[in-house]
Amino acid sequence: MTTTVPRPPAKLSVRDRLLRLAETVTTPLLPEDYLDLVAPLRAGAALRGRVVAVDAETCDAATLTIQPGRAWRDHTPGQYVRLGVDVDGVRQWRAYSLTSAPGRPDGRICVTVKAIPDGKVSDHLVRRVRPGTIVQLDQAQGDFVLPDPAPDRVLFLTAGSGVTPVMGMLRAGAHTRSDVVVVHSAPTPADVVFGGELRALAAQGAIRLVERHTDTDGLLGVGELGGLVPDHLERETWACGPVGMLDAVQEHWRAEGAAQRLHTERFRPTVIAPGEGGTVTFTRAGATVAADGTTPILDAGEAAGVLMPSGCRMGICYGCVLPLHQGAVRDLRTGEVTTAVPGDGVLIQTCVSAAAGTCDIDL
Amino acid sequence: MTVIQNKPDNPIAHLSAEDIEILGKELDAIRDRVIADRGERDARYIRKVVRTQRTLEMSSRAVLLFSLFPPAWVIGTAGLAVAKILENMEIGHNVLHGQWDWMRDPKIHSTTWEWDHVSPAEQWKHSHNQLHHTYTNVIGKDNDLGYGIMRVDEDQPWHPVYLGQPLWNLVNACFFEYGIAAYDLELGRNLRGGRHKAPEFRARARAVGRKIRRQVLKDYIVHPLLSGPSFLTTLAATFTANLIRNLWSHSVIMCGHFPKGVETFAKQSIEGETRGQWYLRQMLGSANISGSRLMHIMTGNLSYQIEHHLFPDLPSNRYQEIAPQVRALFDRYGLKYTTGPLPKQVASAWWKVIRLSLPNRTPRPKPGDDLSTRTLAASGA
Repeated sequence: MTTTVPRPPAKLSVRDRLLRLAETVTTPLLPEDYLDLVAPLRAGAALRGRVVAVDAETCDAATLTIQPGRAWRDHTPGQYVRLGVDVDGVRQWRAYSLTSAPGRPDGRICVTVKAIPDGKVSDHLVRRVRPGTIVQLDQAQGDFVLPDPAPDRVLFLTAGSGVTPVMGMLRAGAHTRSDVVVVHSAPTPADVVFGGELRALAAQGAIRLVERHTDTDGLLGVGELGGLVPDHLERETWACGPVGMLDAVQEHWRAEGAAQRLHTERFRPTVIAPGEGGTVTFTRAGATVAADGTTPILDAGEAAGVLMPSGCRMGICYGCVLPLHQGAVRDLRTGEVTTAVPGDGVLIQTCVSAAAGTCDIDL
Repeated sequence: MTVIQNKPDNPIAHLSAEDIEILGKELDAIRDRVIADRGERDARYIRKVVRTQRTLEMSSRAVLLFSLFPPAWVIGTAGLAVAKILENMEIGHNVLHGQWDWMRDPKIHSTTWEWDHVSPAEQWKHSHNQLHHTYTNVIGKDNDLGYGIMRVDEDQPWHPVYLGQPLWNLVNACFFEYGIAAYDLELGRNLRGGRHKAPEFRARARAVGRKIRRQVLKDYIVHPLLSGPSFLTTLAATFTANLIRNLWSHSVIMCGHFPKGVETFAKQSIEGETRGQWYLRQMLGSANISGSRLMHIMTGNLSYQIEHHLFPDLPSNRYQEIAPQVRALFDRYGLKYTTGPLPKQVASAWWKVIRLSLPNRTPRPKPGDDLSTRTLAASGA
């Protein structure tokens, strides 16, 4: 892992002075706005990456190999990265598990994406992104990781694209430090992401692999685990998959008194089901108000005594724009719904947007 | 021009209130079609313009480091002038309108953008987007009608001070960005009203001062200093580039609302205005400039002033595409689509400035006349 060595203060001030001089030339822009044109991945730039390869894994999953910018601080196996990509010209952020081992000599990282039905971002990444595309990145995060020292016995319980963080751990050599069992569910053998690699590891005796093909054998019930992996409750277990599976697994481990040995990662597309109206919270103002589906958030906020920025009140001047921290709003002119998850900070025009569910507004 | 309600031949007399609402729906449909189709192509366009502008600006400034050599001075000055025009018109003005906010790119967003101009973006957005675009061409409400220093409508009362307005207009054209900064500050009104001591005004004035300082430091001190022996010639070059940018943007903006054929509106007429009536006011209160694709880009597509005023937040590259549809609506509803080549429109606007520096030749209908309280909707009644 790279660490940043603090520079002596005297040196910093020279650098600062140079930077300030450069800023007087580029104002109102910043020097970085010009440098981004030629070196978007340079040290000191906002964290981005360049897609260098897109390789199909299955018919609906692909691995993106990304050259991250110099600011990338590497990751711990099992972590995910938030990735911002422009789909139809609109920047969309999603989180994907890193499937490459950390510290590759070429400095590259991999994420593996499975196209989900109606998933416009996953579909774009799997089928339309081409090498050369610049994507926005955040530093790796997440605590779905193996502890140090590694436990003696490990169970990875995964389904669908839930295998991706586990692959990241296996590629980093999890099986060399622990006795590893992988129980993985997918509709058919061809749908198993990393099927070939997992089977090869099993053939070498590096892991024990239990594949469940749900199209022919049905969903794996937690009751079957005892037969498949008799010591599963004694193993440190990392589970990742659809919500239903994780709920059942958590309930099972809790009922058996082994909850402390279970680690889960909830992998799901953000489903904010838009409705009509909802509770609007102005997070910094500390006000919460119930708004119906026809009242602009601007009016709702003002009625609640929040000091709202405003302008033309007809959707043309953009004087009322505020970040939607999370939730869903509907454009009263077009009916179009905009959703946001924490971190997105989607900017919305409050004078023509009504709540379409619970909303948190940064104000 | 005269407020539309006072005209003997009211150009909207043939439209019923219902017609106007249907017209509004048709315009909404044009807007919806663009929004449904807005996407990657548009994003590519604005990023390309931004990249071109930045490359041009930096290379022109680099050439000007050697401005002691006349060819370098000419090329550098021309390049910098074009870069500044692109930055203010096709990029700054349109980004600050929120035309590109839909991309959710924090680098190209109305809330984060600052432009190469002495008026801070925040203040300009208020006076331009909120006041001018909402109250377009309403006498007494839209300060863009003469910028508070000129008389550009017969219905604005004459005063001897207006005798000098052709001269003010010329001075304003040369130093247009400072004129805009003063205008955004409502400097005249605040000074006259004694509100210049109010903390709110002082904070805004300080923000303008800071912005002016940074702009002047860049253009007239740091860049010339970096040019070493070319100090004076670079200073002259950046001054010339700013002058060209000012004259150009002033000319384009005069063409938007001042030429012959553009209508103005009485204050009372917008009370309870419907969306259809608002659209109609934008249609009649704006004028286009005809010309080549390059000319449209250099005006920031404000040559499609009518389309811009109807849909101020649609991406500027789309105005050209919807113009035929908008024009067809004008024809169908029997309205006049005011347009003309740049020299003709500039001359028309200047002629008005000169003509209205003198009192009206014929007396206008007196205030209190029935006509002056007519609204757009009631025009057919």
